[in-house]
Amino acid sequence: MAAKNLRTKKVRVLPGFKLTLGFTLFYLSLIVLIPLAAVFWKTSSLTWPQFWQTVTMPTAVASYKLTFGASFFAALINAFFGFIVAWVLVRYEFFGKKIVDALVDLPFALPTAVAGITLAALYSDSGWIGKFFAPLGLHIANARAGVFVALTFIGLPFIVRTVQPILEDLDPELEEAASSLGANRWQVFWRVIFPMVAPALLTGFTLAFARALGEYGSVIFIAGNIPMKTQITPVVIMQELDMFDYAKATALAVVMLIVSFVLLLTINVLQWWANRHNSTNLA
Amino acid sequence: MTPVATTFHPPRPAVHHRTNGEPPLVRRALIGVALVFLSLFLFLPLIFVFTEALAKGVGFYLHTIREPDALSAIRLTFIAAAIAVPLNCVFGVCAAWLIAKFDFRGKNILLTLIDLPFSVSPVIAGLIYVLVFGAQGWMGLWLNADNPKFPALANWLNGHDFKIIFAVPGIVLATIFVTFPFVARELIPLMQAQGRNEEEAARVLGASGWQTFWRVTLPNIKWGLLYGVILCNARAMGEFGAVSVVSGKIRSQTNTIPLHIEALYDDYNFTGAFAVASLLALLALVTLVVKTWVEYKSSALQETAAKSE
Repeated sequence: MAAKNLRTKKVRVLPGFKLTLGFTLFYLSLIVLIPLAAVFWKTSSLTWPQFWQTVTMPTAVASYKLTFGASFFAALINAFFGFIVAWVLVRYEFFGKKIVDALVDLPFALPTAVAGITLAALYSDSGWIGKFFAPLGLHIANARAGVFVALTFIGLPFIVRTVQPILEDLDPELEEAASSLGANRWQVFWRVIFPMVAPALLTGFTLAFARALGEYGSVIFIAGNIPMKTQITPVVIMQELDMFDYAKATALAVVMLIVSFVLLLTINVLQWWANRHNSTNLA
Repeated sequence: MTPVATTFHPPRPAVHHRTNGEPPLVRRALIGVALVFLSLFLFLPLIFVFTEALAKGVGFYLHTIREPDALSAIRLTFIAAAIAVPLNCVFGVCAAWLIAKFDFRGKNILLTLIDLPFSVSPVIAGLIYVLVFGAQGWMGLWLNADNPKFPALANWLNGHDFKIIFAVPGIVLATIFVTFPFVARELIPLMQAQGRNEEEAARVLGASGWQTFWRVTLPNIKWGLLYGVILCNARAMGEFGAVSVVSGKIRSQTNTIPLHIEALYDDYNFTGAFAVASLLALLALVTLVVKTWVEYKSSALQETAAKSE
């Protein structure tokens, strides 16, 4: 009984609880929460039919399809190649590996506008890379493929950096056990390694997807701003803002925010699942 | 807890390498695939920025980055970063101390809310400040020239021509928003992993709260803090979408470096755009070098700690 009392009546040895809680909540509200609430406040100036008409207008619907489609395929391509990059960085030795490893984070550090103009120039029909695709009839800049290229660039580190630590932590004994029991290398990969990395891969995929949905700077230069064809949703919002139609811009922003919040929740659940998954594996 | 891939993990000690690896041909093929993929999306773009920046020679390069418009963009970018980074740094340390050192209800919700700016599109980040401070927004309603709710404040602000949107304060606010979680995100996992024992011991031995923080906590978190600040700074100086919504893009007044790059690009001055872009690309490279160095430092620290145990 006494022990229980001691435990429930917690004494905080460290100071600063009220100060840090107060400041954190104050700053969070001031910078993030109150301004975000403005979006919902502004949308409430629209009636429900007006809101619905705005978010389902043809340019908006076309932009959702492009944004979701390109983000999805970019994240998928990143999941495939990012996994190979992580695998190669963890398991093999080759010349310049340290530099390659450090450069994987470039899309985090390189400003999106710089990435945007660079990719636009490289993948244009006369650019270093685009000129190999142009004769095949594949135009990347000023086309939907350009959106995909830009989103692949910005999503690249997410997969590598979520898969890499898991691959590093894999217990080599599991693989050795599997091969000594007669599994070939391919079976070891699919049956032993892949299932353990899968949750991290899925988390990385979702992170890359979520990041791609909101991307603006790297896309606008390469996509060429063709209505109904290469406009992603943030570009449509920007266009409404340029025409000072704040209500319309805000309605579209609400749609994007809701999608982002759902994804944020998904990522949290995935992360929880991955942690549990790993701890059961290790146990 | 939301993982953010920017979070830096001190590298683990190298695992001993597998004896039952893939055949050499498969190895080489996989390394080849990885390098081709990275070349198309990382290496070539990086090389291209610098090649294109110097395409018209060093003279043109120096001229472009020393133009009055460029210099004013550089100055504004430095101002925005100089305000946003320290503020978010103080917030990051504060939030990390709160989350790592205390148990309280709603901690997970707080963590998710801190991460929120990461999942908001930069364009929306700009939009929310337009809605708060713009002419059609909350502040516009309160301080409307015809029928202000706070006449004295409205007169004073109008008299001083004080603007937030399409002016410097809006740029600073948008920059603060997009870089909001960076330092906190670096420090929270680090301080959680370090636990509370050292600080509690310091307190029991009679140190004051500030002494505990300066002498015990800060030395433990300095590398993570440095990396968070560097990352926060890189993002602050490179932010494009949010800033472009609130800036109004008035040359040599409200253009930051990324907006100046866009202006040059839209003028078909491609070499000029890449010359200015190369400055930000250099900043990105410095960020990556510092990151690698910090990781090296903290893994060396871990090894000595492991040896002394």
